[in-house]
Amino acid sequence: MNSPLLFTVLLCLTLFSYWYGMKRSLKVAGGNEHKKNLTCLPQQFGLLTAMVCGLPALMTLLIFNSAEQLVIEQLFTTTLSANIQSLSSIDLGLYLNNIHSLASSEASKTLLTNINSSNELAMQEQYKAASTLQALKQQARWLKTALVLVIACVSVIVLIKKFSLTFPARQKSETIIRGLLVASSAIAILTTLGIILSVLFESIHFFKSVPISDFMFGTQWSPQAAMRTDQVGGSGSFGAIPLFAGTLLITFIAMLLAVPIGLMIAIYLSQYASAKLRAFAKPMLEVLAGIPTVVYGFFAALTVAPVIRNVGESLGLSVASESALAAGLVMGTMIIPFVSSLSEDAISAVPNALKEASLGMGATQSETVIKVLLPAALPGIVGAILLAVSRAIGETMIVVMAAGMAANLTANPLDSVTTVTVQIVTLLTGDQEFDSPKTLAAFALGLMLFITTLGLNVLALKVVRKYREQYD
Amino acid sequence: MKNLDIKQVELTETVGNIYADSAKMSIRNADVYYGSKQAIHNVSLDLAKNQVTALIGPSGCGKSTFLRCLNRMNDTIDICNITGEFTLDNQDIYAKNLDPVLLRARVGMVFQKPNPFPKSIYDNVAYGARIHGLTNNKAELDEVVETSLQKAGLFNEVKDRLKDPGTGLSGGQQQRLCIARTIAVSPEIILMDEPASALDPIATAIIEELIDELKEKYTIAIVTHSMQQAARVSQHTAYFHLGKLVEMGKTEDIFTHPKHKLTENYITGRFG
Amino acid sequence: MINLKDNSKINKMSSTARTTTLSTTEKVTLSLKKRHQKERRFKNVGLFAVLFGFMLVVVLISDITAKALPAFHQHWVKIDMDYKANWLNIDGSSKQSILAKQMKKANYRSALKKSLYLMFPTPSGKSLSRKDKRQLFKLFSSNAEFTLKDTLITTPEHLNKQISVWVRLDDDVDSYLKEGFASGEAGLRLSKQQAQWIKQLASAQRIESRFNFSFFTASDSREPELAGIRGALTGTLLTLFVTLLLSFPLGVAGALYLEEFAPKNRWTDFIEININNLAAVPSIVFGLLGLAIIINIFGLPRSAPLVGGIVLTLMTLPTIIISSRAAIKAVPPSIREAALGLGASKMQVTFSHVLPQATPGIITGAIIGIAQALGETAPLLMIGMVAFIVDVPTSIVDSATVLPVQIFLWADSPERAFLAKTSAAILVLLTLLLVINLTATVLRSKFEKK
Repeated sequence: MNSPLLFTVLLCLTLFSYWYGMKRSLKVAGGNEHKKNLTCLPQQFGLLTAMVCGLPALMTLLIFNSAEQLVIEQLFTTTLSANIQSLSSIDLGLYLNNIHSLASSEASKTLLTNINSSNELAMQEQYKAASTLQALKQQARWLKTALVLVIACVSVIVLIKKFSLTFPARQKSETIIRGLLVASSAIAILTTLGIILSVLFESIHFFKSVPISDFMFGTQWSPQAAMRTDQVGGSGSFGAIPLFAGTLLITFIAMLLAVPIGLMIAIYLSQYASAKLRAFAKPMLEVLAGIPTVVYGFFAALTVAPVIRNVGESLGLSVASESALAAGLVMGTMIIPFVSSLSEDAISAVPNALKEASLGMGATQSETVIKVLLPAALPGIVGAILLAVSRAIGETMIVVMAAGMAANLTANPLDSVTTVTVQIVTLLTGDQEFDSPKTLAAFALGLMLFITTLGLNVLALKVVRKYREQYD
Repeated sequence: MKNLDIKQVELTETVGNIYADSAKMSIRNADVYYGSKQAIHNVSLDLAKNQVTALIGPSGCGKSTFLRCLNRMNDTIDICNITGEFTLDNQDIYAKNLDPVLLRARVGMVFQKPNPFPKSIYDNVAYGARIHGLTNNKAELDEVVETSLQKAGLFNEVKDRLKDPGTGLSGGQQQRLCIARTIAVSPEIILMDEPASALDPIATAIIEELIDELKEKYTIAIVTHSMQQAARVSQHTAYFHLGKLVEMGKTEDIFTHPKHKLTENYITGRFG
Repeated sequence: MINLKDNSKINKMSSTARTTTLSTTEKVTLSLKKRHQKERRFKNVGLFAVLFGFMLVVVLISDITAKALPAFHQHWVKIDMDYKANWLNIDGSSKQSILAKQMKKANYRSALKKSLYLMFPTPSGKSLSRKDKRQLFKLFSSNAEFTLKDTLITTPEHLNKQISVWVRLDDDVDSYLKEGFASGEAGLRLSKQQAQWIKQLASAQRIESRFNFSFFTASDSREPELAGIRGALTGTLLTLFVTLLLSFPLGVAGALYLEEFAPKNRWTDFIEININNLAAVPSIVFGLLGLAIIINIFGLPRSAPLVGGIVLTLMTLPTIIISSRAAIKAVPPSIREAALGLGASKMQVTFSHVLPQATPGIITGAIIGIAQALGETAPLLMIGMVAFIVDVPTSIVDSATVLPVQIFLWADSPERAFLAKTSAAILVLLTLLLVINLTATVLRSKFEKK
């Protein structure tokens, strides 16, 4: 049975167990009319039986599935002839790929006939190997099916044996559910762990071939690794400074637009606007926040960039077709609602008493805002800006579509720059082997990105929390 | 105990004497609405110059609302609607051409909870002078800050730490700082909205003493829920009930011979 | 300081005299005008910022809508097709069943070319030059021969007859016509000769603009006039299906634990910190996680909605947990106490009283999470959902792409007609988002009334 089918069967079995558990508990009680003798409800017995049937089996299925591929690969490699096993890792990979596609595309019968009909020795060997692989996979499927079903049935039988009038079915099922709830909440930790492990391991791998100092402080980024080792200019250089600089430049431009506009929107909406305008403006600005980034990327690349280029040319400036300015401005647009809503929260967290004190002394509204509200809300606003910066740094689609690929080290917003996220996408899309420095470099960049945004986020939350405490 | 259902008491006219010989501020037939709800009903009274007028009454009787009308703080509430005649030195304070900024510089306000700005003590007191441009140089500003703190009786306690944040002071000190901040603008009237309600008895006593001194220079209106406080600091007392001014008169008269039944019940502690 | 620009009388007095002699009122009055000016300026700047925000929304939406509109209709042309058996390489005398087979394999392209040359005779009666032939053929979509084939297969009696058939024009011609030409002037990617032919066709009433159904029913294609979003839309639905199936139960369970059962200890704090931080991790990092762990270690298939769904689940889980917790927290404690007081266990209270009460809020949060997942692109690029895929995916392990990635791919294409396609796909995406968000809003207001 294949996994989806097995899963369906397991599901039916689980439903059946619910009914069966209920039935058995009633039998223990001595019939439907005596169900009061049980300390727990028959449904609770059913629920427990169903969970005991489904959960261990499902777990087995998941573990089996995730380990299956690795184990089969190992077993299969040992069956290969010695001269193939001695191939270099890249050639072996190619060979294995070949066999895999043969095994999955051809029916087993045709493979067998091909072995006999093929007159080339190498091809014969390949067909034989594919056939072996198919057999292994078939065995694994059988093993999986048997294992899952046996576990499901055995656990139910063992459980049912224990049923008695005082059997604490409810307590036991509640313990299991509680365990499931804990597991669900722990997924957040697993995710973080997964992120850290995935970027960290590959990065360490990368730093073995490229020294970390070269990566962190090098000013030359051209990751086009050699196709052959003897190729001229073969080793790509991985100095990430131009990427960091490009990221910062675009982030800076974005902030230059988003912070003043977002802050003024927050001030106007919280201090001046009528309730009617507020009710209209907030959803309107939320539209900006809800637009997918790929749409912004399209807008930046096909509307804003040409406009900037045309304006620049009419002023006699030379503007790159993928200027940092276009990407930065559009990113700023995306971040405006983010800054404005967080700043508004910060401003409205300032106690009304301070505002009244200022107004009561004859300060105008703007004097109150500038001299009392903003200084008082400053930590909250700083936190908001930090979060916005973190978001701008991690933003991908806008820069992938509107910023360039060329790693220029420049502060000129009309030039083309590239960013960390652009390079991650460039390095990882398309087909390449997983172990090349090019691919690994993407993970090293990912590590930098993760550390930076995490740091900014932790800092921002800390600042905001401190600030909240001040007025609570 | 007698049935004190206040709704049964029909209030037609304020009992006692609402007029002052030297009125700094006069209010005639004031009505205040929050949306469709009427908070103040036809209140008329005078604030006597360089004297303290106490506004007392059970909570929710509208005395704070009334006080906030006197320097147009209620302007900041959109749904608040005020009618009637409010004059300061015979000048209509709700006149179109009168600037609320200017009015509030003349009629200062001290709030229930001490609300110093999260700035230094010095900057707190200097705030008003700075925004209004009252001084021409640093020396003058220093002088304003010092005299204001002195008048508020706070200078000796804080003179060595003027640069410390105002929020670091004790509750009573904070409230005196707020008074100093108000005085620094040299207003003509100071409105105080239960200025001692958040303070301990000792701090309260200091504030009350201060109010007594301040009346030499300023006209003061104070809202208080404490009758003892009203009796101690004020020369005139106005008793509010459900948005209406029930009785007004000299403080000693009100507390010794209340004319209205409601006033009597209140000051003898039957409700509040 | 005195403002020298202001020539009011008072300002002419010496500054020392002012402080000593003027009352507060007079001093305040001095600067009042300037202060009010500043106030007005400040307020106007704020208003400008708000209006600027509005303008951005309007510009963005209208720009994309304007660019998208051409994609919803496309030009068809009526050609006189000669289904000559020998042109098609069909033996007209064969039996019915063999004929049908032959029709499937016939050479429609050559028959189409020959029919076209007949339609456009040169004035001199000579045959067209090779260059002209090539240019003429390029006016028609590469899909035209398939349209002709389908026509003949459905009505075999057309064989050996000349029939008028509507076929699609090439995307360059389509764009040329949409820009309002048809005057015979050479266009951006159209020669003078081609433009003349188009003019000729147009004046013969042979060109017609039709609603572009294939945009919704076709999958991706290298030819802009044939490309549609069905494949991407299916991929999106499959991916969101997986996301919803995983993130909703997990998110609710996690929120229930944290809000109802979790003891206040370090472990719980740690989980909470993790959730808050995950909410701010850039989405592309989740893509790296998917690539390194889900694909390379667990061996799930690349480009599959299953992997996309898992990655998006991990990404939206913090959002769903946070909003679910808020909804659960909003359930009044009195309900819990009442049920506990009746002897229900904590678990029973949670599942039969708290959860139903919190459901509307939880659903709203889940919808917002799904909306977030719907627009996400970057992590899906990492796990290979960026491939050019023509087939409509049928299961969650097929190779697929999603709508935002399709937009990204089309936006990168050099053909001009893809510009409109991209905008149209964006419009579809935004419409979906709007519908989802409106659903959330309606749900929320409906339950709030209760």
